[in-house]
Amino acid sequence: MPNDRSRRGGNRGTLGKAMLNYILRRGIAMPFILLGIVTMAFLLTTVTKGDPLTAVVSEQQMNNPEIVAAARQRWGLDRPLPERYLIYVGNLLRGDMGTSFVTRRPVSTDLVARLPATFELVLAAMIIGSVVGILFGLLAAYYRDTAIDQVARLFSLFGSSVPIFWMGLALLFVFSVYFQVLPGLGRIDPRMSPPPVITGFMTIDTLLAGDMTAFRDALAHLVLPSFVLGWTVAGTISRLVRANMLEVMEREFILTARAKGAGEIRVVLRHAFRNILVPVLTVISYSFAYLITGAVLTESVFAWPGVGSYAVTAARSLDFPAIIGVTIVGGVMFLITNLLTDIAYVLANPRVRLN
Amino acid sequence: MTAPIAEADGVDALLRIRDLNVGFSGRNGTLPAVRGLDLHVSRGEVLGVVGESGSGKSLGMLASLGLQARNALVSGSVRFKGQELIGRPRRELRALRGAQISMIFQDPLSSLNPVMTVGDQIREALYLHNRQMTKQKATQRVLDLLRLVAIPQPQGRINQYPHEFSGGMRQRVMIAMAVANDPELLVADEPTTALDVTVQAQIMLMLRDLKDKLGLALVLITHDLGVVAGHADRVAVIYAGRVVEEAAVRELFADPRHPYTRGLIASIPKLTMSEDKLYSIPGAPPMLGALPGGCAFHPRCAYAQDVCRKVEPPTHRVGTHKSACHFAASLPAWNGGLGAAAPENGAND
Amino acid sequence: MALVQTTRTRFQLPDWATPTFIVGGLVVLAWLAATAFPYWLAPHDPLELAGRRLQGPSANYLLGTDALGRDVFSRMIHGARHSLPIALIVVTSAVVIGAGAGAIAGYRGGLIGAAIMRLVDITLSFPPMLLAMAVAASLGPGLGNAGIAMVVVWWPVYARLMRAQVLEVREREHVEAAVAAGAGHFRILTKHILPLCWTPILISATMDIGQVILLAASLSFIGLGATPPTPEWGAMISDGATYFYSWWIAFGPGMAILTVVLGFNFIGDGLRDYFDPRSSK
Repeated sequence: MPNDRSRRGGNRGTLGKAMLNYILRRGIAMPFILLGIVTMAFLLTTVTKGDPLTAVVSEQQMNNPEIVAAARQRWGLDRPLPERYLIYVGNLLRGDMGTSFVTRRPVSTDLVARLPATFELVLAAMIIGSVVGILFGLLAAYYRDTAIDQVARLFSLFGSSVPIFWMGLALLFVFSVYFQVLPGLGRIDPRMSPPPVITGFMTIDTLLAGDMTAFRDALAHLVLPSFVLGWTVAGTISRLVRANMLEVMEREFILTARAKGAGEIRVVLRHAFRNILVPVLTVISYSFAYLITGAVLTESVFAWPGVGSYAVTAARSLDFPAIIGVTIVGGVMFLITNLLTDIAYVLANPRVRLN
Repeated sequence: MTAPIAEADGVDALLRIRDLNVGFSGRNGTLPAVRGLDLHVSRGEVLGVVGESGSGKSLGMLASLGLQARNALVSGSVRFKGQELIGRPRRELRALRGAQISMIFQDPLSSLNPVMTVGDQIREALYLHNRQMTKQKATQRVLDLLRLVAIPQPQGRINQYPHEFSGGMRQRVMIAMAVANDPELLVADEPTTALDVTVQAQIMLMLRDLKDKLGLALVLITHDLGVVAGHADRVAVIYAGRVVEEAAVRELFADPRHPYTRGLIASIPKLTMSEDKLYSIPGAPPMLGALPGGCAFHPRCAYAQDVCRKVEPPTHRVGTHKSACHFAASLPAWNGGLGAAAPENGAND
Repeated sequence: MALVQTTRTRFQLPDWATPTFIVGGLVVLAWLAATAFPYWLAPHDPLELAGRRLQGPSANYLLGTDALGRDVFSRMIHGARHSLPIALIVVTSAVVIGAGAGAIAGYRGGLIGAAIMRLVDITLSFPPMLLAMAVAASLGPGLGNAGIAMVVVWWPVYARLMRAQVLEVREREHVEAAVAAGAGHFRILTKHILPLCWTPILISATMDIGQVILLAASLSFIGLGATPPTPEWGAMISDGATYFYSWWIAFGPGMAILTVVLGFNFIGDGLRDYFDPRSSK
């Protein structure tokens, strides 16, 4: 049983080896799941009742069979399904996701241009959601069954019950229109010249450009959408933190820490919280699904030029290359997050067993 | 023959607990878990605190250090080196805990933080009471401590996690952590109960050894009179939240002056005894909310009279003993077993 | 004395009826009433053009009128019809399909089981909203199609849950006894295994109703669900976004979604506390 020692993480060397094994195994499985994702996304568009040609051909021209036939040929819609599938997969391998019916640009170009905006929003929301959720969860657990606990519980239930697009509109109305303390739509004031794109993150690019006014503006634009988006996951996170903290605070090593003379903040953060990092990481990565879902809606409300609003436009106009592209990218981001989570587990918990 | 306890009793002791009460507020009022506990321990002394689980022996010590559960109500007096601990600000209690008074617990696996290395946990104990200590110096001290508790190859062990240690080694780590700041008092709560029999003796010898080396006072909380017999100087027997008998260890075993102590001693297994003859005290310890009136022990007592059902006995001095029994002075002579004294409860042949 | 005793026991609520559960139940009941009798509760017809457009809240139009001059409050009441039934149907279908597939995968295993579970894995590796959008877009707009899209997204959740349950129950002794007694596969599955698997699935389904309502409204909001002039909440909020400064258009339907989802979440919360005390203590 040479593997047994490494599973238990006997020491750092073997732990690293087990980790590597695991990542390799996941790496081998990944192309298959990816192919599944691509196939499913592709098949989805073939069950359609709507004619995708309506996206490229005007209503009048739809009556002209010549134009329709030409368009069909132009977009490859006249070929049999298996052939279209093979062509699509083949192109995909070369990084070609086809051309968007609407923007007439390659879908991959559109996505690359828009992904950073979504990443910036989702990342900011994840940070806000995690920080707020963990804080509320810790407070609720420590002051269990008090008013603080009840407020935290209500806050989290609200977060998972409120329609995010409505919340976005409401906050826009209150803070941007009524009090005028925060800017409205978009990533940056249109009257400002945007910084040169380096990372694609507006906040970082403005900093790199050394333009503090633009940076403050970009940051202010980020506040409302990321708060709205973050709130939806803060509730889930805080509930999980609370439940796990209640359990861990009953454990004996907490008494040991107090008997050592540790203060309550140290007991809660360093001793108790560190023990629940694994489930917390799980729920944060799991919340990624909600954040993507929420990002689609948040981006449409705040006119955020990311992948989410791109997906909405694509879905509304039956822009199938764009729809498949977005869906595949979403699935891939999902896979990557899950893999990163697994790696984080091992770093957070010395006793984790990989199997 | 009997005399009330003098107010000055144990007044010079390192730790002196007087009339300590710990209760839990429940739906039907307060449930008393510790009822007027009196204890003291002097420098260099080993005090054995004996009782069944749930008797309040651990809770009393925890509450003395401010480590009780949040819903517990504590009153009474606990003086450490003459300074009152009850009602002390939490901050000041924290400064005492782990520095001048340390504790170790029953199960070293669950008492150590599973996600911190052993070295970090001991270092933390040092750091908490000496923020100026450099990391290098702290590591040096951790290594010395691990050597002190006879952990082989401390260099390799310092970065390992608790689950990589055996039970006995973990308890040594706990002890190293407890003595890290040269405390004056070490409270060991069932330190060997969760360990293998062979390891138990090693740990007890180590504690005694450290006591002599470091000049500690040791409070040894246990349910096992056998452990106390071998290692304590003085013994306090606790039943239903109060001390029912206290004496020097030799005298306690030679001539127990409380029926409960007699029952406990009679139930120590002896090599010469076959298992079916093993004595056990009839009945079960009382539930928190259902303490019997009068003497809490009377339903299980072979000597119980009417007065025991009505009046809770005060603690009296009987010779060199202190005993909380109405008949402390007039109990029949002790012959090492309950067979003759209480035939109806004794082991039948 | 005896009287006091009996009155006390008579008014004692069962354990599962926590305050949150009761509040949630009442809110949901109110919305169910709106679903059943919208014409009694709504003062106006949801499609009737009241004349004045974009009017603020008044005594006659409690939540104002929208861009076409329809009463927002009445539309909000009628909106329950386009939200609750579809959510119930979606969850029921997803449970039936998912639990069926999960039961087969768990009991039979083999190639079919593996195929089912790979399909589950792949479906669950999409962000739910994106997948629902892709399906809904393929099927074309309309609440029914949005419903189908949501079933596609949701069934794998129950399939996974059911398979885990069946795998666990299958190993129990009474099942082995039934096998030894020569019972057929169908009988073993339906009589001896499935009855023991339902509780977690039902709890999970109750808690999902609120999420499905949210997802349906989201799809309608971005134009992939209900089509005009249906008084669907998500579509109404979409209207409100167009006439952004007439805040009352979006206020009513937003509150409707919030309360009904909150109601289901309260119920789910109470159920979870009752069945799984560990999660909240």
